[in-house]
Amino acid sequence: MSARETILARLRANRPAGDFPLPDVPRFPPLVGDDLVAEFTERLGKMGGRVERAGSPSDPFAPVRSRLDGAAVIASAVPEFSGNRDLAAVAMPTEVNDVDVAVVRARFGVAETGSVLFTQDDLIVNAVAYLAQHLIVLLDPADILVNVQAAYKRPDFGQAAYAVLHTGPSATADIEGVLIHGAQGVRSLTVLLLQRKKQAA
Amino acid sequence: MSADDLTPRQTEGVLHPEVRAPSDESERGPGGERLQHAEAASKPIRADAPREPQPRGAKVRGNRPIDQAEAAERFLAAPMHQKAHDERLWDVRRKRDVAAHGIPEWEELRELASQIKTHTLTHLDRYLEQFEAAAQANGVHVHWAEDGADHNRIVLDILRKHGAKSLVKSKSMLTEECGFRHFMAAHEIDVIETDLGERIQQLDDEEPSHVVMPAVHKTRLDVAEVFARTLGTDPDNDDAHYLAESQRETTRPLILKADAGLTGCNFAIAETGTVVTCTNEGNADLSGNVPPLQIHSIGIEKLIPRVEHLGVFIRLLSRSALGSPITQYTSHFRGPRPGTEMHMVLVDNGRSERLGMEEFWTSLKCIRCGACMNTCPVYRRSGGLSYGATYSGPIGLIIDPTFNKRKYSTLPFSSTMNGSCTNVCPVKINIHEQIFAWRKVLAEEHRIPLLKQGMMKAAGAVLSRPAAYRAAIQTADSALRVLPRFAVYNPANTWGKKREMPHAPRQSFHAWYRENRMKKGQDA
Repeated sequence: MSARETILARLRANRPAGDFPLPDVPRFPPLVGDDLVAEFTERLGKMGGRVERAGSPSDPFAPVRSRLDGAAVIASAVPEFSGNRDLAAVAMPTEVNDVDVAVVRARFGVAETGSVLFTQDDLIVNAVAYLAQHLIVLLDPADILVNVQAAYKRPDFGQAAYAVLHTGPSATADIEGVLIHGAQGVRSLTVLLLQRKKQAA
Repeated sequence: MSADDLTPRQTEGVLHPEVRAPSDESERGPGGERLQHAEAASKPIRADAPREPQPRGAKVRGNRPIDQAEAAERFLAAPMHQKAHDERLWDVRRKRDVAAHGIPEWEELRELASQIKTHTLTHLDRYLEQFEAAAQANGVHVHWAEDGADHNRIVLDILRKHGAKSLVKSKSMLTEECGFRHFMAAHEIDVIETDLGERIQQLDDEEPSHVVMPAVHKTRLDVAEVFARTLGTDPDNDDAHYLAESQRETTRPLILKADAGLTGCNFAIAETGTVVTCTNEGNADLSGNVPPLQIHSIGIEKLIPRVEHLGVFIRLLSRSALGSPITQYTSHFRGPRPGTEMHMVLVDNGRSERLGMEEFWTSLKCIRCGACMNTCPVYRRSGGLSYGATYSGPIGLIIDPTFNKRKYSTLPFSSTMNGSCTNVCPVKINIHEQIFAWRKVLAEEHRIPLLKQGMMKAAGAVLSRPAAYRAAIQTADSALRVLPRFAVYNPANTWGKKREMPHAPRQSFHAWYRENRMKKGQDA
């Protein structure tokens, strides 16, 4: 008998007696107030991320300009900004190791936790969200969901090969509880609130 | 802050004199406030404090019963380590309380999580088949492993087929359970831990001491010593930022060079064939997204039916573990990146057997948050390595004996039975009741030491006869009053260890009641 058959047979034989139905999960009232942008901003701040409002239409990237100007290699996965590293041309994920700043757009945000969601389509090269030193995330304020429960109602989780909720930068406190950003992945995460460009009709 | 600035409460009693007030070393948020979102605040030991060697864990000798008490005593004999450990974990426990109280539906979530897990475990065959079919439809190779050896062989086969020589690993207690690292070392595969805590433990050739904070028993001085020895850092620099950065800089080239990446699994979703991992460092994402070959090791009890159920578990996990609303990274791996292979290994390793153990099967609901450890007075004062097992603390006491009843026969006695573990468990496992159930099983099977057996037999005889009990109490009380200290505090009296015996009353309540109330009652 294969390991598969052995395990399944044992599970059937050892199944505890009794009726244990799957409970319905109710829709819980949100923990956050109506101003989702403010709630998102506060909660992401507590997790070590920062939120900026986009600058004027002529220079929406003004609030993060100093970060961008200080970077030698910028990889952009968004049409709003052109970096100097073409993610579409990357063959191996290790090639993005020298990226200083990556600019990506989040599919949505979650006010309850201050999280943003990416899929492989948003990142183009998944590894760039971890190998880059800093991450700038574009988020449309209209894309902020109220809570984690609402996030898991979204179809993305059943469709994407890779979907990830980021809540601030990479963090550790494994040495005596001292909180340190940039443990393994990005050292900072800045969300820039910028409306999604309307799709051309 | 110097020791002079501390309040009396901080210098006496609660804080060890060599431990100072919270430092200012952690990162700050946009408003300039000190952030505490990932793990516990630290109270660093003064730089000029005398160095105290890190107490090592239990001595593991093959199948012989682990002497947890002996290892715990050595941990207690290292006051700096013991205090730092106790306080850091208690700080996490307090943060868990704040997070839990911040959600009105907390108790409802615990109940739901418990019921979802119970349902899934009692229909696990069906959900595993569904998971397998979904994963295969996503282009994933699915393997089944009956035990740890099976798991290790399967992974080695995959690596060999790809000519892979090095593997980066994201923390997985399951692979610890399988002895994966040692097996791979014997087959000349380099395994590199990517979690900072786990990397510290790997470099120091120790097992993790906590399921969430693998190196929580070490002080920064210990880490500085390990890194100086293994990574060539400055032995006199024990700044936590310097040490973490040194690890980042030395591990990254190994991640970039790795032929394969392996991650553990927090939840596996039957509906979609997805593996979910929760980390604060993003190391599971590095392991899964950088090397050209991707492997996920999954304990079969990690299954949950649908994506929507994640809404319950993700809200509970990090709040229970560290008091943060969510981990920095919650990652959902469903299919391979174009041009690469993705493998999932479904591992039993005793789980299907445990499902048939009437009193212990609900321990399979555990989501490995570590809340029971952080709250356990025995764990906090004895350190995770004293248990000599992959799983320590209260949850370890009930699952370790299911792996090996002889080796872990002493563990269920390493508990005060205060029930705090049960109260904080996010999936409502009746941990302290199962600890008690194990004691009964082990006593019936004579798997406890002779001294303890004799004591329990004597206690049984005395407790079952009221007259004998009263005589014993009176004798003990008089003895406590008159005996010199050396006669009470000696190795024969285990109750005199690490604690002062109570002051014996002149008269027991029973004697007083007989004298004062029963006579009057007759008069009335």
